[in-house]
Amino acid sequence: MNTRVYLAKLIDVLLPVLAMLVALLVGILLLLLLGSDPVKAYSALIQGALGNVSGITQTLTKATPLLLVGLGICIAFRGGVINIGGEGQIVVGALAATAFAVSFSKLPGLILLPLTLLSAAAAGLVWGGIPGLLKARLGVNEILTTVMMNQIALRLMNFLLRGPLLDPEHVAAGTSIPQSAALPESIWLPRLVPRTLFHSGAILAVLLALAVYFLLWRTTIGYRIRAVGLNPHASRYAGIPVPKYVTLSLALSGMLCGLAGAVEVLGVHHRMLEGLSGGYGFSGIVAALFGKLHPLGAIPASALFGALLVGADKMQRAVQVPSALAIALQGLVVLFVVSSDLYVRRRTRRRVGEDGPEEAVEGAQFEEPPAGTGEGANVASADVASEGAGREEDK
Amino acid sequence: MIDELFTISTLIGILHSCVRLATPYLFAALGETFGQRSGVLNLGVDGIMLMGAFFAFYVVFEGHNLWVGVLVAVAVGVLMGMLKAFVSVTMQSLQGISGIGLYLFGLGLSSLLFKTLIGSVEGVSGFRQLAIPLLSDLPGIGHILFNHNILVYLAYLMVPVSWFVINRTTLGLKIRAVGHNPEAADTLGVSVNGVRYTTLMIGGALAAVAGASLSIGLQNVFQENMTNGLGFIAVALVYFGSWRTVGVLGGALLFSLVNALQLWAQALNIPIPSEVAVMMPYIMTIVVLAFTARQIQKPAALARSYERGE
Amino acid sequence: MFDSLKAVQAEMGGESALEIAFSEGMFRVTDASAAIRDYASEGFDLVIAHGAQYGNSVFEVASDFTETSFAWGTSSDTGAERGFENVFAYGAVANEGGFVNGVVAAMLTETDVIGVIGPVAGDAKLYIDGFVRGVTEIKPDAQVNISYTGSFSDTTLAAEAAHVHIQAGADVLTGSAQQVVGAIGVASENGVAWLGTQSDQMSLGPDVVVTNQVYDWANVITDMIAKVEAGELGGTVYRLTFANEGLRLEFNESLEIADEVKEAARGAIEDIKSGDVDPVLIEEE
Repeated sequence: MNTRVYLAKLIDVLLPVLAMLVALLVGILLLLLLGSDPVKAYSALIQGALGNVSGITQTLTKATPLLLVGLGICIAFRGGVINIGGEGQIVVGALAATAFAVSFSKLPGLILLPLTLLSAAAAGLVWGGIPGLLKARLGVNEILTTVMMNQIALRLMNFLLRGPLLDPEHVAAGTSIPQSAALPESIWLPRLVPRTLFHSGAILAVLLALAVYFLLWRTTIGYRIRAVGLNPHASRYAGIPVPKYVTLSLALSGMLCGLAGAVEVLGVHHRMLEGLSGGYGFSGIVAALFGKLHPLGAIPASALFGALLVGADKMQRAVQVPSALAIALQGLVVLFVVSSDLYVRRRTRRRVGEDGPEEAVEGAQFEEPPAGTGEGANVASADVASEGAGREEDK
Repeated sequence: MIDELFTISTLIGILHSCVRLATPYLFAALGETFGQRSGVLNLGVDGIMLMGAFFAFYVVFEGHNLWVGVLVAVAVGVLMGMLKAFVSVTMQSLQGISGIGLYLFGLGLSSLLFKTLIGSVEGVSGFRQLAIPLLSDLPGIGHILFNHNILVYLAYLMVPVSWFVINRTTLGLKIRAVGHNPEAADTLGVSVNGVRYTTLMIGGALAAVAGASLSIGLQNVFQENMTNGLGFIAVALVYFGSWRTVGVLGGALLFSLVNALQLWAQALNIPIPSEVAVMMPYIMTIVVLAFTARQIQKPAALARSYERGE
Repeated sequence: MFDSLKAVQAEMGGESALEIAFSEGMFRVTDASAAIRDYASEGFDLVIAHGAQYGNSVFEVASDFTETSFAWGTSSDTGAERGFENVFAYGAVANEGGFVNGVVAAMLTETDVIGVIGPVAGDAKLYIDGFVRGVTEIKPDAQVNISYTGSFSDTTLAAEAAHVHIQAGADVLTGSAQQVVGAIGVASENGVAWLGTQSDQMSLGPDVVVTNQVYDWANVITDMIAKVEAGELGGTVYRLTFANEGLRLEFNESLEIADEVKEAARGAIEDIKSGDVDPVLIEEE
């Protein structure tokens, strides 16, 4: 790989950051229109997210669920499906973790913690797996089902937090705040910095990012998931059971979101309460996008996006602008980042023309997983068709 | 007690509710159908709806005519559709994700404008119930179908109009061609990007009217995030309706019927747990689609960007 | 809450006397937690977390900032048992207002059918229970139909629920949570009476909102500030009731309301104040 290609790849990586800066420039306009001082606002944003220990730990605390959800989104996108059911999967994961930990609170922590995480993973797996199965076997579009499953999960939570899972202490006190009992202290994820919310779930998330990378680029399963995502027809001719891998990618995606829910419960709140998913299901998609839909890229991307979210909150407090501004800016960031992709793809094609065809055919070879091509593959396959994986193959 | 649900007057009430509830879904889902038939998935419908709801409300709140409110909403919807088109068609970005960006942008901006320009939740006098003379006197059917505000009628009128445009006009032919095989359409001299811009602008306009139907038709207030994810359901209904206008109508009606049923069952004190009742519309939609999905033919080029070969 | 704060500020002599900073839209509890910690470290004397879900965060921060005073609600937990001395708790006894609104509803209804629109079963229980109790106090045979939308923000479904109640014969409606704004619009269009609670809803339906249960936090805030200045940083549980004037029932002045309705309402308030009536639903059967 020569220097020119290396430079070009550097630009690919930095492009989302540039796009984000452009979006923030538009934010200056909005701030001026609101009569706020943009310099004060943005210095509060940067200061708030990165300026001191408190800011940095908040950023990393927020990055943790974003990374976990983002990893789930990566798998789904690589498998050629859209998972907008992250919200619901987070909720059922958190509910399952809570229900399990509260029911078996007598177990020693060393046994209880892995089992709690497992039950959350299983719940997420099911909540993602149902849309997966419906798509693979019956051709039901996953956008429809994941949207509906979000609503069902939300209502399930409303019910459980007011009924079976409601904190008995609250029932006794008659206050009926919709939240569960506290989880046993033995399984709280240890805080990494005292007096902050930053907890060891972050380490788990990074380890899982490595695991997802390994799964997608170093195992046959991962290779097949990506093959199905790139070209379901060709995959079918190559003998890959497409429906199985469609189901699998949505189920794994749901599993990671479910884990995100469990980690929020175990690391941050120590109990299940309303508003726990708080839009991470959508923000995680954005974080994954920042990371070019690559599990390793998702690590810095979720930190960056976490910083943006934390900073935007600080900005709101510093200059007293409505919090909606941060949401609008988030939307603009997404629009600019996805648009900047065009430049990458155009250049990729040129590069293919100049440097020979190796990079272009990545993922189009179906016999063996191409070794060591993980870095390059993201550009070409970032434009996965969100549709079509399940439809025709099962006729 | 359950038989109370099946008296004639209750059944009429349920169907009346169903017809009205389907209104915003119809506008939004029909709009989305145009985009998807031309091959563009727009997940940002909810954001456009919120913008439409806000602007329609704001115009009326400032003392202008209701129809001016609708027109302004349409204009805003067209602009949002153009934004989506620019990002998805010109910049060829990932359609699913750019839709989410559009949603967040619309959600944030509409709330921001609301906070800045109005500040607190206020009411306006919106479109009134307009009983159609003679027709509304028909027994049963008259109340169910012909006793609504004018935006409700308009939503149902959009069904045959959309069907006609898609199936019987040159534009419709181009839309279907572009959605099915953009390369071939391009070869035949159809501007793929032009068609997609058009459909997204139509979709934006209809989504904005869907929002307006809430803020100055059915509820006469504006509140932050008042759509509550309704736009996402509308997108889902397009899949449900197999990309056909009549199918979309059926989906919207079914979803609304289950909602109307559960509201009526609760209001009549029929002992079903409300926890289950409120989940029913979503579960039903999935179940019905699981049984019918196999026959669906989707636009072949849906969610695929198109770039002319050079 | 914020309006009450502003009112207290104005009374104390404007911004120079009392500095207020606030954050809204804290849908994620972690964000609220960060905000609470920020305000504490920025040196604010009193940090108010208005939302029951913020309880955990309040106690966590309060244990790190023992010199700062915190308040949260709706709750009755000041953590005193666990050794906290710097946390206030506050809440409204919403069933009192519910009871009075129930009495008003029973007086107003001619069809003897009354509709209630709730968010999620189990929530707003205090208000709804009090309301039903108030109705049965006056008209034991009146029918109270309660429907839940399953959401706090689904204005569309709340609006349709209002339609359904009206068609099912209800001529007086009430409801709670932010979603009811849509339902008030429907009540207004159909000329059906609406009884408001929690916030000022009269502007939403000037022709139909008959009464409004208003929470007035001003006394609570003033008292908390006085306590903090005197060095008492927490420990008190505040309850908004009719007796301490934290709850008020407002009549819509632009409507002609029959005197006997007003008198019944005032009578009910007096009964609650004197303890003659317990506005808690007695389970039937």
